[in-house]
Order: sequence, then C-alpha cells, then structure tokens
Amino acid sequence: MSTSTPDWTTETIPIAGVGMQLTRAGDGPPLLILHHDIGTLPRLPFYDELARRFTVLVPSHLGYDGSQRPEWMRNVRDLAAAHQWLLSELPITRAAQTVSIVGLGFGGWVAAEMATQAPRAFRKLVLVGAMGIKPDRAVIADQALVSYIDYVRMGFSDQAAFDRLFGADPETSRLEHWDLNREMSFRIAWKPYMYNASLPHLLGGVATPTLVVWGRDDRIVPLECGERYAKTLPRARLEIVEGAGHFVEMEKPSELAKLVTNFVSQGDA
Amino acid sequence: MHLMYFTEQPMSAYPEAEGRDFGATALMFSNRHFDPAAGSRLYNEYLDHYRLAENVGFDGIMLNEHHNAPFCMQAKCNVFASILAATTRRVKIVLLGNPLPLTDNPVRLAEELAMIDMVSGGRLVSGFVRGGGQEQLATGVNPAYNRERFEEAHDLIVRAWTQPGPFRWEGTHYQHRVVNPWAVPLQKPHPRVWIPGVLSKETIIWAAKKRYPYIALSTAIDATKKIWELYDQVANEAGYAGGPEYRGYLQRCHIAETEEKALENARQFMWMQGEFTGLAHPVWSTPSGYFSPSIRTQFVEYAVGRRSNPRGSSFEDQIKSQMIVAGTPKTVIPKLRRLLEETRPSIVGFWAADGFVSSADTRTCIRLLGEEVLPALREIGKELGLWSPFEANAPVSMNFPDSAAPAVERAASRQPVEVS
Repeated sequence: MSTSTPDWTTETIPIAGVGMQLTRAGDGPPLLILHHDIGTLPRLPFYDELARRFTVLVPSHLGYDGSQRPEWMRNVRDLAAAHQWLLSELPITRAAQTVSIVGLGFGGWVAAEMATQAPRAFRKLVLVGAMGIKPDRAVIADQALVSYIDYVRMGFSDQAAFDRLFGADPETSRLEHWDLNREMSFRIAWKPYMYNASLPHLLGGVATPTLVVWGRDDRIVPLECGERYAKTLPRARLEIVEGAGHFVEMEKPSELAKLVTNFVSQGDA
Repeated sequence: MHLMYFTEQPMSAYPEAEGRDFGATALMFSNRHFDPAAGSRLYNEYLDHYRLAENVGFDGIMLNEHHNAPFCMQAKCNVFASILAATTRRVKIVLLGNPLPLTDNPVRLAEELAMIDMVSGGRLVSGFVRGGGQEQLATGVNPAYNRERFEEAHDLIVRAWTQPGPFRWEGTHYQHRVVNPWAVPLQKPHPRVWIPGVLSKETIIWAAKKRYPYIALSTAIDATKKIWELYDQVANEAGYAGGPEYRGYLQRCHIAETEEKALENARQFMWMQGEFTGLAHPVWSTPSGYFSPSIRTQFVEYAVGRRSNPRGSSFEDQIKSQMIVAGTPKTVIPKLRRLLEETRPSIVGFWAADGFVSSADTRTCIRLLGEEVLPALREIGKELGLWSPFEANAPVSMNFPDSAAPAVERAASRQPVEVS
C-alpha cells in the first residue's frame, strides 16, 4: 500500500438540473463515499487512506456543502436517485457490480435507499452509523433542538477529536456552513425525522454483501438501528468500533479504513 | 384612524424560578407549570377586557396566537374571534393573525374565517402570519418551507373565498380534490387582509405587492420609517401609492393615573417580550430555513450565544425609542403624536399591558385610553390625514383594485349574545 498523499481533484457534474460536486482521488476499484448530514470536510485522513487502494469518489449530496440547491428535492429517495444518476455518468462506475458504497450516517441511509432501488447493482455496501430506520427503544438525535456545535459534538466520543478537526470554538463561517446543510436536511428529512418507515420492508431484497459498522458510543443513531440493519439485510454483519461515536471516520479513521478495505477487497483475485 | 386594543394574553401564573432554572420559557418548558385554574380565570379576565375596550370606544380588537409558551395563552385566535363575534357588536375583529404555514388544511381555515365573518356581521379582518420559529417545531411543520406554505395557503384561502366551487387545488404543499366550502365570507370580495411583521423584508415586499396593509409590530420609529420606505417603493413599482391606509403599528402603551405607576407597570413589557428576548431559546426560535437568508450570519451567531438577539433591546432603550410608551394620558398623547407625525400610520394597535399587571390596572389603562387618548388621537389623525383603509375606502387587494371597502352583503339584524 502506497503511503504518498493522494492527488485530489474536484469537478462539477450536471445532475437533475443542478451541479453535483465530485471530489476524487486514487485508482483501483471505485468506492463511492456518501457523507453525513453535517456535510464533510474537503479532506479527511480516512479518505486519504482509502484512496491508496481505491478510486475514491466523494460527491456532495445535492444542496450540501455549498453546492447548488435542488429546490424540487423533497425526500431522501430523491437524493439516492441523484447519486444513481451520478454513477451512470462516470465511465468507471457505469458497469453493474463494480461500485462499492460507504455510507456515513445520513449518507448510510442514502446508500441503503440506493441498494433497495437497485438490489443487485453494487459490489459491496458499508453502512456506518446509518440513519434511515426508526429505532424501537430510543430516537435518532434531533438536530432541530440543539445548536450546530452541540449536535456535532454529540457525534464524537472523544471531544478532543472534535477540537482537532473543527477547533474548540468553530468559526462563524463553519456554523453558517452547518446551518446551510441543516436547512437542506430539513428540506428532505424533516418528517418523519431521519427515517423512512418503508425502508426496513425493502431491505430484504438487497443482494449486496453489507458490512454494518457502528461506533460503540454513537449518541446520534442508536446501536439498535445497526442491529436491525444487520438482521434485516440478507447478507450483512455488524462490526462495533470501540471508542468511537457517530462520526467513526473522523474519530477512528485508520480502524474504519481497515474494516472497509478488508471487507470490500474480499473476493478479489 | 383605526384604533385597536391588544393583549398577548400573558400567562404569568407560573413559577418564574422554574423558567429561569430551565433557561427558556418556550417550546420545551414543561406545561406541568401551567395552572388551568389560573388559565380559566385569566381567559375570562381577557374577555372582560375586550368587552371593556369595545365599550370605551376602540374600533377594533386585535388577536393573535402562539404555541408552547407562557407569554401568550392564546393557542388559536379563531376561538377568541368566534367568542367576540357573538359577544361584541361594533368592533372589528382583527386577527393578526392565523399562522398559515402551521395549517395542513387551508380550506378548513377559510371556512372558519367565513363563519367568524358571518357571525360577526362582517366585522372580520383576517391577517396572516408565518408563525414564530419555535412554533414550527411546536407543530412539527418544516421551517425550511415556511414561506412557501404561507404563500400557497394564502392563495388557496383567497381563492376559496372568492371563486365559486367546486375547484381542484394541486399545489406544492396542499392538494385538494374538491374545494367547495359551503360557508363563504359575508364581506365581498373578501374580508380585509392585514399582514403584521417585525423584521423580514420578504414579508413587507410581499404585503406591498398584494396591496395589503402592513402592521409593524413595535419596531423603533427609525426602523418603522425604513419599513415604509420599502413598502412605498414596492407600491410605486406595483402601480399605486402607499400611504397611511396601508400602514399599521402596534404600540406597547401603558397608561395609569400617575407616571410612577405607569412606568412600574410598563416594565412588565420586559417580563417576556414574546420569543424575541429574555427567556427565548436561541436554537428553537431560529430553526434553519426559517429566517431570512440575508441575516444568516447574525442568526447562527445568536444560536450559539455569540451575539445577543438581533431583535432585542433594553427597557430604557425601548422607552427612549418609544417602542414602549408609558405615562398618564397627558404625557402619552404628545409621544403618540410624534409616532403619528413621523411614521403616519392609520391603524394603531395598543398593547396595553403584559406580564403581572393586574386586571384592575389593565382595566384602568383601557378606560383611560378610551376616554382620553383615543379622542385626542382621532383629532390628530384628522389633522394629519391618517385615514384608515375603511375611511379611505381602500381596495381590499391588488387583485380587486376596484373593490373599495368590502360590502357586507346583508348586514344581519342581530343582537350580541349577552354574557354575564
């Protein structure tokens, strides 16, 4: 595995009347990473590690992270369909059974919707702290009731990790960024909040081998949702990462990258 | 002039310390602190004050509603409007107003308002609002579509009032197979619509484009002047001249027999200025997508405690800027003259008391307003040419430019229900 820093490029691809920002690096099999409801930092060590083995594709969800807002978009399935569209635009991802998806939190929900829409299209699926399923015993933490900073901090097991990434007291520009992403999440996932009641009924048809990963200390999406995903998806197993909250890729990047790499590479010649 | 009486219907009968300990008296401040026995007493006191206001000469009674907060007990302004429709005989019932985005069925709202208009004999003024930020959360309505829902619900209601049914409505937020409410308003083409607001330019522009009077809610005089500059500019572009008949103002105004007493009671306006200061919760009052994108920076900073509420200011500042007026009739009239001279509204609401002001003091305030202040203001209004939409026969809206005042089809010969 190379240790050099991958060369990241960003382009804008027209999707559904707006531009989807796509950041990419590396070569090897294509790996689509779908980001959280809070958006993503443009670069993360987690992305770098994966780009040493894969062609890593990190699109911005339409309307997130400063990308153009699709005024018409009203639910998460719309967003899943937009990502399907992206995959059909890129030469490297057009063929069936070539792309693997890593969905982080909210992005995990999007990935699960994509898998139900196209149950045989993907090579592997990794869902990390995925939203999308209604918990029985608790609720998905509602960002509408807490400040931008409190919400993101809630997603970390170790607050020092938050401080390293965003600063102990994030700049106002960061808050505005989170506010725009929050508004977009409200536009498509307000009610019911962060789940789709029909999703569990459709997961049974997904043929894609799936790794479900949960941070032991996830305070945003209860672990029971991970258990439910692992139980409902026909070819899934659950891995729990100790010492991580909801943002596993930011708190335990190497550990998660290793889990993803091993799982996605299994079965390679 | 059109002179109205207003109260927020404060629910002061709850343990204050609990509110301070919790850190906010809104949305999630538990309703176990609500005392229904006190609530019953207060609702009836407020009804008593409304009837007194009619008796001492007010032209209108202004009603509003809020949710999940003790600063306003009125959870549905149509309920009080219905009561007043039957128990008053002369005053306009001015709803400022129904929060349109909170409704999932604007047709039902159109029916309720038509009923109120008929029962009152055509005395309804039907204002509409967006609802406060926290109320989107209290009712589970998406704050990001607040303005879309406001505009669409408005369009549907006006159509339900004015176009004979049945028709079908296929909108973005509302879909109705059949719109054909049996009850329609008595006033034609439809009851007047007035639009209250505090800050959002978008609302001022929208109201001016519709040719609806805009009611500035207790803004400082300079800010109010800026509102009218914008309104008049949009009005000019729309092909009509703005002016007093399109201008309303809600004045916090407490009057007592002595200056000291008036000032002491006026301090209660700070008790809780709605969700705008004090014990508002910065996150709940400004959900993402609710506020104007032009002030995003200010609100995100407010939400994490980096700046004070962009809408708030101190009692002393508010006395100085006349956002709060207090005194005896003799000292208050010159201040109100200044308001009228500088901002030229024809519609003025008097927010007479708040918080812990006693029912007796509130009654004194209402009586002194009616007996001494309102007659003086009417003279000033004549002198300054401040003709209300009713006096000026202003059109109901841009869509009905020739309508003049809404004609009451058949003003029912009726007596108000006697309430002991």
